[in-house]
Amino acid sequence: MPETVPHVVFRGVSKTFDGVTNVVADLDLEVGKGEFVTFLGPSGSGKTTCLNMLAGFVAVSSGTILVHGRSVEQVPPRKRGIGMVFQNYALFPHLTVAGNLSFPLEVRGVGEARRKKLVARALEQVRLQGFEDRRPSRLSGGQQQRVAIARALVFEPDLVLMDEPLGALDRRLREELQYEIRGLQRRLGITCIYVTHDQQEAMVLSDRVAVFRAGRLEQVDTPEGLYEEPQRSFVARFVGENNRIPGVVEELDRGLCTVRAGSGRIRALRVVPDAVGQPTTVSIRPERIGFAVAPGSYRNEFSARVEDVTFLGDHLRVTLSVFAKRDMVLTIPNTVGHGGVLPGDEVRIGWAATDCRALDCEDDGP
Amino acid sequence: MKGRRAAALLVVAGWSGTVGGSACGGPPAPGGSLTVVSWGGSYERAVTEAYIRPFAEAHEVAVGIESYNGGLAQVRSQVEVGRVHWDVVDLEAFDALRGCEEGLLEPIPPDFLPPGPDGTPASEDFAEGAISECGVGNVFYSTIYAYNDRLIQGEKPATIEDFFDLERFPGRRGMRRSPLVNLEFALMADGVARDEVYAVLDTPEGRDRAFRKLGTIREQVVWWEAGAQPPQMLADGEVVMSTAYNGRIFNAQALESQPFVIVWDGQLLDFGQKAIVAGTPNLENALEFVRFATSAESTARVSGYIAYGPVRASGLPLVSTHVETGVDMLPHLPTAPENERLSLRMDTAWWTDHLDEMNERFSAWLARSP
Amino acid sequence: MRRRLRKPALALPLVAFVLVSFIAPILLMLARGVHQPVVRDALPETLAILDAWDGLGVPEEAAFAAAAEELRAADEARLAARIGGRVNRVRSGLRTVIVAGARTGADGAGAGSARERLLAADPAWGDPATWRALRTAGERFTLRNYLNALDLDRGADGAVVRQPEERRVYVPLLLRTLGVSAAVTVLCLLLGYPVAHVIARAPARRARWLLLAVLVPFWTSLLVRTTAWIVLLQQRGVINDLLVWLGLVDDAARLTLVYNMTGTLIAMTHVLLPFMVLPIYSVMQGIPPRFMRAAESLGATPAQAFRRVYWPLTLPGVGAGALLVFILAIGYYITPALVGGSGGQLFSNMIAFHMETSLNWGLAAALGGILLAVVGALYVLYERTVGGENLRLG
Repeated sequence: MPETVPHVVFRGVSKTFDGVTNVVADLDLEVGKGEFVTFLGPSGSGKTTCLNMLAGFVAVSSGTILVHGRSVEQVPPRKRGIGMVFQNYALFPHLTVAGNLSFPLEVRGVGEARRKKLVARALEQVRLQGFEDRRPSRLSGGQQQRVAIARALVFEPDLVLMDEPLGALDRRLREELQYEIRGLQRRLGITCIYVTHDQQEAMVLSDRVAVFRAGRLEQVDTPEGLYEEPQRSFVARFVGENNRIPGVVEELDRGLCTVRAGSGRIRALRVVPDAVGQPTTVSIRPERIGFAVAPGSYRNEFSARVEDVTFLGDHLRVTLSVFAKRDMVLTIPNTVGHGGVLPGDEVRIGWAATDCRALDCEDDGP
Repeated sequence: MKGRRAAALLVVAGWSGTVGGSACGGPPAPGGSLTVVSWGGSYERAVTEAYIRPFAEAHEVAVGIESYNGGLAQVRSQVEVGRVHWDVVDLEAFDALRGCEEGLLEPIPPDFLPPGPDGTPASEDFAEGAISECGVGNVFYSTIYAYNDRLIQGEKPATIEDFFDLERFPGRRGMRRSPLVNLEFALMADGVARDEVYAVLDTPEGRDRAFRKLGTIREQVVWWEAGAQPPQMLADGEVVMSTAYNGRIFNAQALESQPFVIVWDGQLLDFGQKAIVAGTPNLENALEFVRFATSAESTARVSGYIAYGPVRASGLPLVSTHVETGVDMLPHLPTAPENERLSLRMDTAWWTDHLDEMNERFSAWLARSP
Repeated sequence: MRRRLRKPALALPLVAFVLVSFIAPILLMLARGVHQPVVRDALPETLAILDAWDGLGVPEEAAFAAAAEELRAADEARLAARIGGRVNRVRSGLRTVIVAGARTGADGAGAGSARERLLAADPAWGDPATWRALRTAGERFTLRNYLNALDLDRGADGAVVRQPEERRVYVPLLLRTLGVSAAVTVLCLLLGYPVAHVIARAPARRARWLLLAVLVPFWTSLLVRTTAWIVLLQQRGVINDLLVWLGLVDDAARLTLVYNMTGTLIAMTHVLLPFMVLPIYSVMQGIPPRFMRAAESLGATPAQAFRRVYWPLTLPGVGAGALLVFILAIGYYITPALVGGSGGQLFSNMIAFHMETSLNWGLAAALGGILLAVVGALYVLYERTVGGENLRLG
């Protein structure tokens, strides 16, 4: 049931610590009730600062943050009713697991009987029954993280913020916990804002992902939208693997354009360019490139030379050189008939004009 | 307190070069070396000029001077450890007695001491009791009380009774934090004749009486520990009058022009002694130095720098003027006839017998705060 | 096997150093408190006779004879005065009695019996108390020093009795010392805790300067600092002048801030403050700000967050600082002696006094032993209540 008022609204929010550079600049974002939104970006892109402004640890320099339609600038963190999971758990080392969990209840004046019930339920939610009397230092990293999550949920907030909560864990544990977090959030119907620099994590968890770059939002979209229809070359590069071919716009149509890249001409979806002669970056996903295609199959077809082949189980990863570009990557599903690709082979590759996107020119890409 | 220690080495004329001769690898002084330890400050300056430097020059001995704050702790540790590097030490009479008794000091044969200039044998020339088994007295000093003239208007205190009279002379008093001297002052102020003070003190009733008298002013007393404190407290106006060593007050008067006045009535005379640390490797030089330092001329020369008097009868006539200010020193000495008339000699023997007990009692008395 | 041996062996030099330079002196000192061989060694026969004596009447002639003979020998060995000093500690006034007895024995051979000679030297030889004192001083191993250090003594019948009231010094002094130390510790904590917090939260550069400021007192001699306090606090000192000038205090009613308990507390708190600030600071520095943020985000008011999270986390530093300051304060004597006035005498002043002035090292050792026991007891108490793992000294 969609609400008329979004749960969280950032409206023109900026933050500067030194009065000169904006760590966060003119940010607009709405998060709906029950939504799982991930702030994704490299370190220093302003995502954690945004989270801290929402939590109330950092004051907003300009703009407004609304929660349930009310501005929270004058509300101290403890009254915002937001559950928070910290990067290094921030479990109180002098308290037991049960002590950590009842802390938010005790400071709220919840009676003992109810406290016990809530603590037990929270432990059950994270499957840690029986750990009540342990000290955090006697728990594994995964267990500590579960306690931290339980603590952020135990006082039943409707908004939970998580600041790279899984950063310190190994890959297997991380994937397991991602699944649990997602499950919990769905089950409890709470709104969750999650900060990470791991794009895969963002894809797995989120309803929507907000991609941060240098204090600005590059794109806010569903994981599919980000992957399939990146609006900026930074997003295309940051989310999923991607071939970027720099070039100059030669021709503009309504929906398509022609880009000259070295000796080649590429027809691509026109996303950013609005004038002939503009520099641009053409972006194409590896799995969208046809390998050893029959002539005339695609709008864009080029001959290329195989440089390297890597076997990755369910697919092959082939590196090619084509016109100016020496590191074009494409993947081929591991099906019968593709076993014999060798470096040095001359092949014909191709892709559809609608599968490649002419984006902004990357000024600082690698 | 005990802790500050300064070392100064004296370069001796007659051979040039390194300080302290052999110690630093330079040519050793022909007469060997000697370490003399004194109480620091103005007293040490006085004895350095009066006889340490002349001795070093006359005997070509490299004399090192060190300062300490009294007590026997350091002497004891040197003797017990067996590394004696102090040779001659300035000691208070008690410490000389105790140190001798503990075997920390060398006995000094009395007939070894020089006769007076007129040939009087040492045993008759020295003040009574000034020579003990291990200690040779060389200087009379005195505990007096002094007041700051600027802080007392109208009638001025003149007798030992006045120090205890809070009605006529209100204001805080400085006193040494010790039963020494204070018990005697209390009894004298309570009307005990000077020559009966120790007889009275020897009875339990007499001691009660002394503490009772002290009790009449204790709320107004600021207790001092170091000799430098009383002149400072008087100058700061922290107290209106204070017991003090007379030499310190004289220095404040003569060198700093402080408006202090000494009340000689009831002054308690005591002497400082020279003693030799047991087991010193420089025994010969040490004995020679003691002989030199306790001669009538040497003891009289000290009075040219500080207002302490010679313990030898033959020394007193040799006292002249203050070297820096030219003040005639005799009237400022505790042993000047008109001052000595008012004095009581400290009974070192009584105090050696009773100091521990009196200290305990004094501490207990102090601790029972009103 | 060799490898296993190697690691402890690396610590051996340190262990040896601690043993030689720290533990051995302490043990030697403690031994001095109970082992007093001087009199027993000098007067073996006299004391053998006295050991069999009932302690009531005047002892038999043989005791006089042995005493006269052995004292004479002691006098020749320059030991008589030392024995007199030891006996005098048991009973005041006996030093001269013993020395007189020794001198008589020396030159009076043949002039009457030993009893007559000694009685002629000093009538106190006819007092059983003199002989009892001699016997007590002759105990090779004695608890007398410890008894005296606790204001106790043995009566004529050997029973432990309290000292007469005017000689009860050490127990009241110990209690006063503990009181002053506790007060100084509390003051240091009240002043030092916020300072440590400010330094721990300051940016690195400013923190360095602030730490420096905390440490500056360490660079100044104790005497200079204490004297500076006198200049500031005395009746015509800077603070009083300022108060009078501001009109807060009447010129005739200047505050007495020094030479009393106030002065002791102020100066000792100042001197010992760094010992409180440093351990607390070091613990606070290890507490990441996220704990306070977590507490706040979980709904705690700043006061709750402090009481339930920050304070318990800083306890190891607080415990270490308090223990350090308390123990150092118990041992302090220079500062209280200079600014403390009549109440300034603390327990350690008596130890220093017996070490340096009265040379009664036995009693000093007993007093030191008692102080050591008190500190040890406090540590055990601390261990039991706060817990040893909650102690961080650096």
